[in-house]
Amino acid sequence: MTTQQTPTATWTPPPVRRDEFDASGDTAEPVGSRAVGLRVAGVDKTYTTRRGDVHALSDIDLEVGRGEFVSLVGRSGCGKTTLLRVLSGLLAPTAGTVEAGDRPAWVAGRRDDAVFAEFGLVFQEANLFPWFTVVDNVALPLKLRGVGKAERRARATELCATVGLTGFEDSYPRELSGGMRQRAAIARALACDPSVLLMDEPFGALDAMTRDRMNLELQQIHAVSGTTVVFVTHSISEAVFLADRVVLLTPRPGRIRSVTPIDLPRPRTVEVEATAEFGELVVGLRRQLDEED
Amino acid sequence: MTTSLDRDTDTRTDGAPPPPVDADATPAEGESPWMRRLPWVSGPLMLVALLGIWQFAVSVVGVSEFILPAPAAVVGALGDLFADPEIGSHIGVTLFEVLAGFGIALVVGVAVGATLGRIAWLQRAVQPALVALQVVPKVAFVPIFVIWFGFGPTSKIIMAALLAFFPIMLNVMLGVRSVDRGHRDVMRGLGASKWATFRDMELPTTLPYVFAGAEVAIVFSVIGAIVGEYLGGSQGLGYLVVSSLNALDAPRLFAVIVLLAVLGSLLYVAVTTVKKVVIPWHDSVRTGV
Repeated sequence: MTTQQTPTATWTPPPVRRDEFDASGDTAEPVGSRAVGLRVAGVDKTYTTRRGDVHALSDIDLEVGRGEFVSLVGRSGCGKTTLLRVLSGLLAPTAGTVEAGDRPAWVAGRRDDAVFAEFGLVFQEANLFPWFTVVDNVALPLKLRGVGKAERRARATELCATVGLTGFEDSYPRELSGGMRQRAAIARALACDPSVLLMDEPFGALDAMTRDRMNLELQQIHAVSGTTVVFVTHSISEAVFLADRVVLLTPRPGRIRSVTPIDLPRPRTVEVEATAEFGELVVGLRRQLDEED
Repeated sequence: MTTSLDRDTDTRTDGAPPPPVDADATPAEGESPWMRRLPWVSGPLMLVALLGIWQFAVSVVGVSEFILPAPAAVVGALGDLFADPEIGSHIGVTLFEVLAGFGIALVVGVAVGATLGRIAWLQRAVQPALVALQVVPKVAFVPIFVIWFGFGPTSKIIMAALLAFFPIMLNVMLGVRSVDRGHRDVMRGLGASKWATFRDMELPTTLPYVFAGAEVAIVFSVIGAIVGEYLGGSQGLGYLVVSSLNALDAPRLFAVIVLLAVLGSLLYVAVTTVKKVVIPWHDSVRTGV
């Protein structure tokens, strides 16, 4: 069993493959920064509701390396979405710190917009603006940064090509299928070259075949862009397929149960799901989940 | 059957983007040409039917011409109306009252609606007054307005504005609160400024509600102005209706009402045309509702 049972997740250097991307691509490491994309330390979240306090997250420690792909899995209600919302800057943690590239993102319950502006978010719903065409939706982050009209259109058109939406730039979101909307949402998240991509069950609402294809494309996008990805899902096989490490969360309160490195070679194809190694990883994680009951 | 299917396919491939990549892709559901043309066929047909029944009632059933003048007589009276040099100023006065009242209602309605929609406690506080004002039959105020503002256009403008105010205000109040949570997350996640959030999210969310209110409000403005003219003054199409009635001139009475119907329709079409230009992306524009 390759499972590492310690609840504290420390990050081990990325495989050589990742270094090749760094060397060849335009993602050269800034001088003096450690290769940590995202650091979460002692994060705790308690909601106050009318029926009393709900302890949603307890003492979450997690380090995600630069360019690493980490999946968060767990049953619904285990706090994975809450954790991702804290990482996204949408929800203030009750305690603990979130750091991106050694810069604190939450300071005394207040978000540092400059840090979160570096993050790309993809939600379960595409959340495209119906009043914008696809290209305008994708260009929204650039517009908010004051990029000129022609330039952001050119960049957004490129991104549409990256996610396979060429020919639909001037369509309205309602004219697209669910899968295509989610592609547009991913393109929008990539628009300002995010250092971290945070995805909350982005393919949860899609059918199985579309989902498989989107997973392959996401792997490709991740390989090319070299961004750090934190990917929330309730599907263990999806988590294993995509991730460098799978973080398993258990509920009430949400805490990290285990961190499992996934050493399957990349690029992964659908055939990898038929291998014994893949099956063992999935079964191992499934067993951990079942132990909860 | 096959021909209509073929035609359908043709319109879709013609100059359209390449077919969707996804298996579950729904092609942009184009309305069939037949559906799009239907109102243009049914409208004139209904008009012809109405004129037919009307003529039948007059010439065959023999309804008194004081009660129902023949269509030809009404057309003749319309001709006489337009021959009268006064008619332009009557139309102008009514149009001015409607547009001024509508304009005031639009500005005040959007401002009040947006304020109440954003400030929950204020909305709760003024709720009783709003409900009271809403359930009161507002046209009953016309005599009061005549006392306060005289027989000139002012009392009619205020009546038109009062009637048009509520649909706009209520819709905007709803619209301001209807911002999608997911959209909010997107803007917050991007660290959008207050101004950018308003420009790119809150305003476009609210605009369809403004137009939904405006479409009702323009009709109400016409009602307000006409009722105002019925009760007092010596100008406008409402006054012409009353004066025709007093002269027992049924053809002229009908002719003025036809004129009012045309005026109301044109104003409504003007509002929907502006809507189509401003929010072409909205579902109500696409389905033609």
